[in-house]
Amino acid sequence: MAPLADNCGMSLFLIIALPFLGALLPGLMIQAGRQSCFIMTFLVTASALIGLATHAPAVLAGDVVTAQLNWLPSLGLNVNLFLDPLGLMFAGLILGIGLLIITYARFYLSRDDNMGEFYTYLLLFQGAMVGIVLSDNILMLLVFWELTSLSSFLLIGFWKHTADGRQGARMALTVTGMGGLALIGGMLLLGQIAGSYDLTTILENRELIQASPLYVPALILILVGCFTKSAQFPFHFWLPHAMAAPTPVSAYLHSATMVKAGLFLMARLWPVLSGTDLWVILVCSAGLITMVLGAVIALFKDDLKALLAFSTVSHLGLITFLLGTGTAFGAMAAVFHILNHASFKAALFMTAGIVDHAVHTRDMKRLGGLRRLMPLTFAVATIAALSMAGIPLLNGFLSKEMMLEEAYHTTLFGSPYLVAVVATLGALFSAGYSFRFVAHTFLGPVRDDYPDTPHDPQVGLLLPPALLIIPVIAIGVAPFLAEPFVKIVTQAVIGNAAALPDAHLKIWHGLVPALWMSVIAVVGGLILLAAFAPLARLWAATPRPEAKDIFDRIIAAAVSLAYVFAERLHNSSFTRYAAIFTATVIAIGAHAWFTGVNAAPTRDMLAITPVGFAGWLMLILATVFLVTVHRNRLATLILMGVIGLMVSVGFNYFSAPDLALTQISVEVVTIVLLLLALNFLPNATPVESTAGQRTRDIILALAGGIAAMGLTYAMLMSDFPITSISEYHLANSYKGGGGTNVVNVILVDFRGFDTFGEIIVLGIAALVIYALTEALLAGPVRARLLNRGYEEARAGDAHPLMMVVLTRVLMPLVLMVGVFIFLRGHNEPGGGFIAGLVVAIAVLMQYMASGFSWAERRQRYPYHGIIGAGVLCAGLTGIGAWFAGAPFLSSAFGYFRIPPMEKFELATAMGFDLGVFLAVVGAVMLSLESFSRLGRRAGIEESDYAMDIDPSRIETLTGGES
Amino acid sequence: MELLVATAIGTLTAAGIYMILRLRTFPVIIGTSLLSYAVNVFLFASGRLALNAPPVLRDGVEVYTDPLPQALVLTAIVISFGMTAVIVMIAVGSYLSSDDDMVNDPDADADQTKEGAA
Repeated sequence: MAPLADNCGMSLFLIIALPFLGALLPGLMIQAGRQSCFIMTFLVTASALIGLATHAPAVLAGDVVTAQLNWLPSLGLNVNLFLDPLGLMFAGLILGIGLLIITYARFYLSRDDNMGEFYTYLLLFQGAMVGIVLSDNILMLLVFWELTSLSSFLLIGFWKHTADGRQGARMALTVTGMGGLALIGGMLLLGQIAGSYDLTTILENRELIQASPLYVPALILILVGCFTKSAQFPFHFWLPHAMAAPTPVSAYLHSATMVKAGLFLMARLWPVLSGTDLWVILVCSAGLITMVLGAVIALFKDDLKALLAFSTVSHLGLITFLLGTGTAFGAMAAVFHILNHASFKAALFMTAGIVDHAVHTRDMKRLGGLRRLMPLTFAVATIAALSMAGIPLLNGFLSKEMMLEEAYHTTLFGSPYLVAVVATLGALFSAGYSFRFVAHTFLGPVRDDYPDTPHDPQVGLLLPPALLIIPVIAIGVAPFLAEPFVKIVTQAVIGNAAALPDAHLKIWHGLVPALWMSVIAVVGGLILLAAFAPLARLWAATPRPEAKDIFDRIIAAAVSLAYVFAERLHNSSFTRYAAIFTATVIAIGAHAWFTGVNAAPTRDMLAITPVGFAGWLMLILATVFLVTVHRNRLATLILMGVIGLMVSVGFNYFSAPDLALTQISVEVVTIVLLLLALNFLPNATPVESTAGQRTRDIILALAGGIAAMGLTYAMLMSDFPITSISEYHLANSYKGGGGTNVVNVILVDFRGFDTFGEIIVLGIAALVIYALTEALLAGPVRARLLNRGYEEARAGDAHPLMMVVLTRVLMPLVLMVGVFIFLRGHNEPGGGFIAGLVVAIAVLMQYMASGFSWAERRQRYPYHGIIGAGVLCAGLTGIGAWFAGAPFLSSAFGYFRIPPMEKFELATAMGFDLGVFLAVVGAVMLSLESFSRLGRRAGIEESDYAMDIDPSRIETLTGGES
Repeated sequence: MELLVATAIGTLTAAGIYMILRLRTFPVIIGTSLLSYAVNVFLFASGRLALNAPPVLRDGVEVYTDPLPQALVLTAIVISFGMTAVIVMIAVGSYLSSDDDMVNDPDADADQTKEGAA
């Protein structure tokens, strides 16, 4: 907003780009060793964090830092970024905890793990997360949202060798990916309602959005996206399975980042979406159910990480519930708990990883008594766990008190007590599993059957969680330290939708109901711990649905449903695809035809002339014959030639001389090409299709033919519904392009960029053919080709005298014609395309007359080079326009006179046309030459002579006699 | 004349579709070529038909046919040669490698024969 804010501090673009660009480094730096790889990654994240910190003073003072770049304004998709206190908090968590995780991972990953790959994924993920929290455009936000799903898939499945890792990653991707789709729908609806995709605009339109009939679908879709990402009931099941990831990933994704993205979005959109009954019911219920369900399951998990996973689910539910109440106090409690949860949960995950690393098990049944063996780990884990349990003087206590306070005042489904009771229950189980985490891991007698010797880890592993404990205690003891920040962020969340509550963060509020609820929770938690053994037996005996089984069954059902369609439609039968495609096109066309309005003919039919009729008759007869004799492939080719000739003549007849010239020269090279191909393919097509199939094909073909005919006739008999742009071309061809042949001027000037692209495509096609030939000749096909026999009787002289002499005489003439057609192209029918084809035919004749190897030895410039030269020539001509200050491919022309010649014209478009010419010659010749290379056989001596029988060569005559 | 052009396009299309639905590579290639003719002529005809009015500017001549479809079709003709060459190469390559010029997978053909028999 404040323009000066753009000038101080690191650009927001750079903050997002740094992790993405930095993601390239670890993969490279791993070559230099694990330590350098770690340092590089650390520095990347640290620079982004410093960049963020440069904005912190301005943001905390109330400025909103923005950065804008118009990307696709027509779609409303612009790269608009903004940094407000909410974004600052999340970006700080993502980058700050990111630094700790990077350090922790350095010591956690073993030598067998590819550290470079790991850090690359981590930085990609980090960049995507920062992108989410800094996006001002919701479409950009969606892009980053999907990127987090993809990069977290790579991270969760990092241990590719474990089935758990792969399945967990796939489940996470499926669930969050589906949620992402829902979110796209919801966000598009939201953008439609608000008339803008910019968050800042959307956030100002609360009344408009909540009054819209699209509000309900938009809300539900957005919530599905948030709930899947933040593992809210009923989508909570993916998160525990994602624990198959390495511990640093779990600590990062599931404490501070990925799962908080859903919460972030709910907080971000809180001003416009919250406050309605639907919002309260949906979000509060989902949050409460998740909170209690997650806490209960967590209590009975023996795996440390599983316990923490479900506790995360539970805490996310808690925050969701707080956002769902729709009050400003709830939002403040949510913000505060996001901050607190990130610190103690990341620390807990890391200590669980430390235990796993040292003892090689995370199963609490095999742990216990570690407090003497791992005292430092014990200290860190205990403080973090007690904070999670909600014990006073730790930060978890403060936000949990606020939650209970909020719950006490919330009425849901008409009952004022329901929420309070459920929230206390959740807190009770939460205390229970926190106590169990400490008691069953660290307390109790020292055992003698640990899988490995427990010991405190090296500093690198312990320092990151220890650092996180500092805010846990500091905020817990002195909550007023965090209060200004929490209030600023809360203000950013609630915007103008509500007033900031004047409540303060403090330890002692007096003997309020929340305190009693808290006491009940802690005492209840201790009772749960004491009675754990019988409760666990009861839990084990209780039947309950397993979310993974349900998920697997749904996936299996979806897959088999997909097969029902796929196996019918997609059975590797090309013929079937073609039939389905044809039928679909005809059906859609017919639907449009019969439901649309067909204007009455506005043009008079041209009178049918005898010449026109004769040409038509020949074309029709040739086509019909072709279909009837198509099993004889040589006859097919001859009839193809007739059809091509008639098409060319038709072009000429209907005032398209350029097309006629092009078509007829292409026809020559196409027939040569197909003849070459037929040299390798069977000469006849056997009868294989059944009568039923042929009937189907005939019906389809007739339907397609009638449809094409009807469409053409309707089109030809009516005028353009709107004015054609052709008038412009006709009017400006001479004035602007300096040529009277409008078709050529369009090709080299008006639509020069198209033509440029087309010659490149042509060149690529030729190179593909060359590459395929190379691949064939490198494989077993080569031997087969060399040793194959002859199917037909051979001619005595493959390179006949008459043909050699004739083509030799014709060569300069044809080249001359080529030059002539090229030069006149700008003003008369002709041009680079046609000239290229004509010259290619001239060269081709030499190959045909004297054989491939003879001609190849005399070919000085490789055809690849000619294609390249053509493309370069056209491109450089286009670039030349830059020096005149004009856009790419602008042309210039002038008229010159060299006495005694007539005045003539020179246009830069000629250089472009020369490029076209060269590219066409190169592409045609390279294609045909590649085919010819397949034709070489073993045992054929390569003749040094142009013709087999040469009267002027004495030795052939005498050699035959001796 | 419009009727003749329309029927010619229709015939070429029908022949092209029929050939594309054959089971060997060569007729399928011929089918795509026939369809290319039909499509090119159709695109050309979208500028409407005109006799003796080539789009080459002359003094004193006022009526020209539409040049734009012609320019587009001109490149389309050349490109379709390139594409034909590529698929012909693929067809030849697959025949030489497998001694078989069927367009369908063997098991799909088995399905088809079953269907045919049923």
